[in-house]
Amino acid sequence: MTQPSQQQYRRPPAILLLPAVIGTAYLFFPLVGLVVRSPWGTLWQRLTEPGALTALWLSLLTATITTAVCLVLGVPVAFVLARTRFFGQRFVRALVTLPLVLPPVVGGVALFTAFGRTGIIGVWLDRWFGIELPFTTTAVVMSQTFVALPFLVIAVEGALRSADTRFEEAAATLGASRWTAFRRITLPLVGPGVAAGSVLCWARALGEFGATITFAGNLPGSTQTMPIAVYITLQNDPDGAILLSLILVAVSILVLVSLRGRWIGAG
Amino acid sequence: MLHAHLVVDRGRFTLDLPLDVAAGEVVALLGPNGAGKTTALRALAGLVALSGGTIELDGTQIARPGGGLPPERRRVGVVFQDYLLFPHLSALENVAFGPRSTGSSRHHARVMAAAWLDRMGLGEVALQKPGGLSGGQAQRVALARALVTSPRLLLLDEPLAALDAGTRLAVRADLRRHLAAYDGATVLVTHDPLDAMVLADRIVVIEAGKMVQDGPPSEIVRRPRTEYVARLAGLNLYRGVASDGLVSLADGGELTVEERMTGDVFVAFPPSAVAVHRQHPEGSPRNVWEVTVAGVEAHGDLMRVEFRGTPSVAAEVTPAAAAELELMPGQTAWVAVKATETHAYPA
Repeated sequence: MTQPSQQQYRRPPAILLLPAVIGTAYLFFPLVGLVVRSPWGTLWQRLTEPGALTALWLSLLTATITTAVCLVLGVPVAFVLARTRFFGQRFVRALVTLPLVLPPVVGGVALFTAFGRTGIIGVWLDRWFGIELPFTTTAVVMSQTFVALPFLVIAVEGALRSADTRFEEAAATLGASRWTAFRRITLPLVGPGVAAGSVLCWARALGEFGATITFAGNLPGSTQTMPIAVYITLQNDPDGAILLSLILVAVSILVLVSLRGRWIGAG
Repeated sequence: MLHAHLVVDRGRFTLDLPLDVAAGEVVALLGPNGAGKTTALRALAGLVALSGGTIELDGTQIARPGGGLPPERRRVGVVFQDYLLFPHLSALENVAFGPRSTGSSRHHARVMAAAWLDRMGLGEVALQKPGGLSGGQAQRVALARALVTSPRLLLLDEPLAALDAGTRLAVRADLRRHLAAYDGATVLVTHDPLDAMVLADRIVVIEAGKMVQDGPPSEIVRRPRTEYVARLAGLNLYRGVASDGLVSLADGGELTVEERMTGDVFVAFPPSAVAVHRQHPEGSPRNVWEVTVAGVEAHGDLMRVEFRGTPSVAAEVTPAAAAELELMPGQTAWVAVKATETHAYPA
């Protein structure tokens, strides 16, 4: 094939071009709007108000704890789903992916029925240990974990499925226990998948709103995360909401750029 | 040393292979693809469960149907077909992995690994990742990794298959040296007869999960017992019933042989023993029959011609002779084989 004909073939059909431009623009203009309408004049003053940074700090902290929790729980779930066969496996896989399609607010209600003060587990936590979970920072992490865990499980399971299990066999013939083989061979080999899953998980946790406001509420300093702060602020201070949104956008872009090419996408 | 009877039911076929290997002995499992060689190796390593039989190593039973030691406790070293070097670890860390996993300290494991790499002539690439190693280097790292744990049984799965023809020769000679220095039992799997003959003290030929021949390389080549082995050795092979120097072949035709034998026999002779003529030849050969050319292919400097007839036979002729005889597929010809060039032996 010659160069010109190849280039010719790479040109997309004209009928796809217009929707492609519209689609890209649609994603772009809201971000432009945020930048243009930001209260740049009072930016510094607003940023240094205690409330704004409290919510940001809480969001970053809970999203990071959530990611850690998801790693500890999600990698084993992914391993069991990818490497074993057991009765009811399809059911378990469906269950694990359900939070992806479930409206988060429903997740929040569901968490209430399980871990609320009268919930099926919460009632015992309260009675035996005096632990009340709803409307605490722990509840924020629980809500975020509920919606973010599937992202990690799916990413890691995919990586495990495409990893060559013969490396584990080789490790076994060298005297490595299953745990050693997992720790020193399997985990490093699926590292990129785990990293990509963690990024998705963290981003999902950072943006979590519905389940959190339902199960954890809106207590500044302990459960009011950035997305909730944005929503609440919008009621009587649109400029403040725009500013908070801009901060979230900046943090998200920062994360994407710092990881670009290393773990996610081909970039 | 190794005393095994491997029975593995794979549905499609059943592997049923008795296998004994002495200390210091190298046994090659030779057979066509799908014969069950790799399954046998995996059963020995503990990566496939036995459906029957037993494996004893150094007098200890390490496997029985539905049980046995897991691979990590068998003291069996494996060099896998594509080596399976851990891609995220350096050559040194790959070799140190075994000692580390079996309780050596990090320092001790690295010292042992470095010593093995030096012994293999790989000191310079110790810190390289497998991706940066040549095929021959990767093979030696894999061998060092398997041997550093001092296994009692060493298993090699197609140890040279991943190499190109150029490096293969050197690596094969090198591997032979290392295997000779190893005092445990070695089982290697290959579909390449040359690898088997150079590397092994004894060849076990497997076809369709069963052992069809067992003997030293020279014996296997001289007295093949199946079509597959004969083709590997480049011989024409027939089975038949002998009666005072005349063998009635199982698939039709008859051959006069030198040996005075009776009963079930094999008759083998090389393609170079077959003379090809346009017309019925005059003179002494006792075995003369008419055939049709089925195919012609270059075989080194010679042409190898497959003839269909009773019996079918392969001959080797020079390209000039092939042209002169007009050996095109479909062409008829006469072939002659002297009785003195045949070799008959009991089946």
